[in-house]
This record gives sequence, structure tokens and C-alpha cells, in this order.
Amino acid sequence: MGRLINESGLRVDGRRPDELRPIKVEIGVLKNADGSAYIELGKNKVVVAVYGPKEVHPRHMALPDRAVLRCRYHMSPFSTDTRKNPAPSRREIEISKVIREALEPSLMLSDYPRTAIHVYLEVLQSDGSSRVAGISAASVALADAGINMRDLVVGCSAGKVDGVVVLDLNDTEDKEGEADLPVSIMPNLNQVTLLQMDGMLSSEEFSKAFEMALTGCRKIYEVQRNALLTKYFGTSQPSQVEEE
Amino acid sequence: MSAVKKSIVVEQLRKAQLLQLLSKGNRMDGRGPLDYRPITVETHVIEKAEGSARVTIGNTQVIAGVKVDLGDPFPDTPDKGLLIVNAEVLPLASPYAEPGPPDEDAIELARVVDRGVRESQMLNLSELALLPGKRVYAVFVDVSVLNVDGNLFDTTSYAVVAALATTRMPGYTVVNGEVKKTGETPPLPIQTIPVSVTMARIGDVIIVDPTSEEEAVMDARITLTSDGRGNLCAGQKGQSGTLTFEHVMFAAQTSRAKGEEIRELLRKGVGSAKV
Repeated sequence: MGRLINESGLRVDGRRPDELRPIKVEIGVLKNADGSAYIELGKNKVVVAVYGPKEVHPRHMALPDRAVLRCRYHMSPFSTDTRKNPAPSRREIEISKVIREALEPSLMLSDYPRTAIHVYLEVLQSDGSSRVAGISAASVALADAGINMRDLVVGCSAGKVDGVVVLDLNDTEDKEGEADLPVSIMPNLNQVTLLQMDGMLSSEEFSKAFEMALTGCRKIYEVQRNALLTKYFGTSQPSQVEEE
Repeated sequence: MSAVKKSIVVEQLRKAQLLQLLSKGNRMDGRGPLDYRPITVETHVIEKAEGSARVTIGNTQVIAGVKVDLGDPFPDTPDKGLLIVNAEVLPLASPYAEPGPPDEDAIELARVVDRGVRESQMLNLSELALLPGKRVYAVFVDVSVLNVDGNLFDTTSYAVVAALATTRMPGYTVVNGEVKKTGETPPLPIQTIPVSVTMARIGDVIIVDPTSEEEAVMDARITLTSDGRGNLCAGQKGQSGTLTFEHVMFAAQTSRAKGEEIRELLRKGVGSAKV
């Protein structure tokens, strides 16, 4: 056994391979925003604000048939072990793009022609898998903003550490593990909206990690749903969605 | 990055036409869904670069150049050499490309290609450390896209791989704790040939190697890179459409199968039986 999985098969933070970290989702945390949400996943702390639909700047960027969706994923300088330069990095620009593409299929953008919807994701503390935590929060923030949508989008990662396929990588596992597979889905429509991968996975490991990420997504979906029910109905209820 | 300007009406007409063809297993240029356009690989095209390659897939053309220098290692990997991949879509590459700093598409392109090369462990970066923590080899791969006709991910990836595989770098050695030039030009420590396979979903059909015309109407794109040992080592879904779970598994399978074919072609292209 290596350093990331101990003799009892547990991970550096004591989790089993298929176990999520503690998760918390809150809605309506920023009063100025049209919609907002806050997520904690392990030590990840991400706050998301949605502004819009609003006028498009510059104007020529407006689309005649639908809204423009703009996403900005940004890490605070104090969010990492060594200070992160606050200027957007190439990594952040790429992640902003894939997050936009992950959220866009869920939104009925054609209901808001000639407008822009802005989604700002600020990673206050990062602890591995922050992009998928951000996606899960961004989707409920969009729901909180009242943007018409087909389904929520929920994200979760899987990967491989010390030869074992595991769910929801933390910072250490992300940096020192062998593979990372972040996935986001629309859980009721069974559609994949984000999939990235780096590291090394055999055929079987890829299938297993992908399945595991899907199961993780469904668990996080329950948390999103309960957060929305709590904010808008004052109660949380068990899901009506059937397990696959 | 797209060489075909998007217009709602044209897009929908073209999509309808493509879908009709695809339902019979055909494409605009006569290919089947899982056929690549002709691929050419030419190496040693820039004498001043330590390694270089021009790769074309159909009308898409890119050129990759490798420069090897000495550098300081990253603090978190003191005993490894540096690998830096950058890509630029030149303004001469398409009527819709513009000069300026790389936009998000170019950044994504470079990062996805970088991931494939890095994560497949194509280069043994540990062998590129001279004085761990102090002085290491820095391998810079710069890619210029010369003509855009779709599938920049694969074209760029093959050019980077071919350029790296044929690089002869200035050799250095450590004498009494100092880095000295040896005068030799050894190859890079190559361990495997990663192959990126990019697929597009149009309607319910998955095709490989989309042209610009196909990219303009695709719903979603997925790039998966395999190494020479049957592992997947990098992946990226793109575009604002979705994939079903079955699409993802089909793409994983297709990436490995097509990857084997193209790996043979790249091996021939770089003329090295070793890898």
C-alpha cells in the first residue's frame, strides 16, 4: 500500500474509497445578486453570484435569439497553500470556459434574447475538485435567480489514488494521485455536461471511475434539492427521483 | 477558432443536411463516421528548432517547434524537467482569426494537448533534471496553427508529439556541481506515443475528426487521449451540448481503437522504431 491509502483501505482523510466529503449548500447568501449560493465540500469554500438577465456590454455581443452566458471562475489569492496571483491564470480561463459549457445546456437561454447572464464563481478556499463544487453551487444560484432551466447541473469528481478508484478527490489526492475525472451531469435528463480527465486510467478503471462520479453526482443532487426546498418551502423533503 | 462563421439560418440548414447524410452513415466529404481525413506528418521542417513537425489533417495545418533550454524547476517538482506547451491560432489561419493574445479557445487547445503529452508520461521528466532543485532542462513546445479546417486538438497534438519524438537537444552534464555543455545532441527521454482522438456528436451520431463545417453544427465535442499501453490519460468535453453516458463509453472505446491506428502512422512519421 502507498501513502494515500492505508492498510485498512482508508484514504488520507479517513474516508472509504466511495465516500464523499462533508457537504453543505446554502442559497441566497449575497443580497445584491439576483441569485447566489455557497458550497462547502470538505475544505472547499466557493461562493457563487448570478447577475441577470441584464443588458449586454458591449452591445454588439448580444445575440438576437438567446441570452449570452458568461462565467468567471476565480481563485482568491489566499485560497491555496502558497499565494495565488490574483490575475486570471490560463487554468482559470479554461475552467471558466468548461463551466460555462457545463451550465449552458441546462438553461433556457432562448427565453431571454438580447440579454446577458453573468455567473461569478469565487473559490475562497480550494481543496481539490473545486470546479465541480463550483458547478453544483452555480446551478442552484441560477435557480435562485429564477432563470428558466430544464434540470439542475451537479458535479462530482472521481479518480485514482494508489491504484484504487476513489470518489471526490481532495487536494492531496488531486496533486499526488494518479488520475482525476471531474464530471457534471443533468441528473434527471441523464446527460453529461462536463467531462475532463487527466492522469492514467485503464479501460476498466475509466468505466468504474465514471460510474462512481455519477453516483456521487446523484448524492450531491439531493443536497442541492434540499437546499432549494429549505429556502423556498422551509422544509427539506426526500427526493422523488428514482435511483438508477 | 472556427473557420466557418456561424449564422443561425445557415447553421440550421447545414445541420439538417449533415444529419440526413449521417443517418445513412455518410459525411459531406464522403467519409464514414469513424474515418479520419488523410494525415501527413513531416519532421525536421525548421532547422533552428531542436525538434519540429508539420502535421496536416485534411486542410488543417499546424507546425510545432521545440526549443530546449535550461531553467529553474517548479518548487513542487524540484527533481523534474519542465515541459511547456503553447498554441496560437495565427491570424493567417482563417478569415475569422484575429491577432492578439490567445483567447479561451487557444488556451483550452494548448492545455488539452499539454495534458495528453504530460499525463501519458511521454517524456520521462525525471531524466531531465540536472541539479535537482536548481537546474533542469526546460522543454518549450510552441505550436502555430497555419490553416484551420476543424480538429485543431488532434492536429496540434500529433505535431507536438512528432516534434518531441524527433528532438535532438543540447546535452548538458554536471561536473563538480556545475552544469556544463557536452557538445552532444541526445534525444529526449521518450517513453510512449500518446494519441489524441477528437470526436463530435451531431444529433445522435458520433463522428471522429470533425471539419470546420461539422464543428459549426456539432452539439458536443469530446477529446480522449490514450497512451501506448491501452490507458486513457487525458480527456476534455467541449461545447455547450451534452453527451449521454453511452456516448461517453463509446468515445472511450473509439479513442483507444483509433488511437492504435494513428499511433502506427505517427511512429512511421517520426521514423523511430523505439517508441
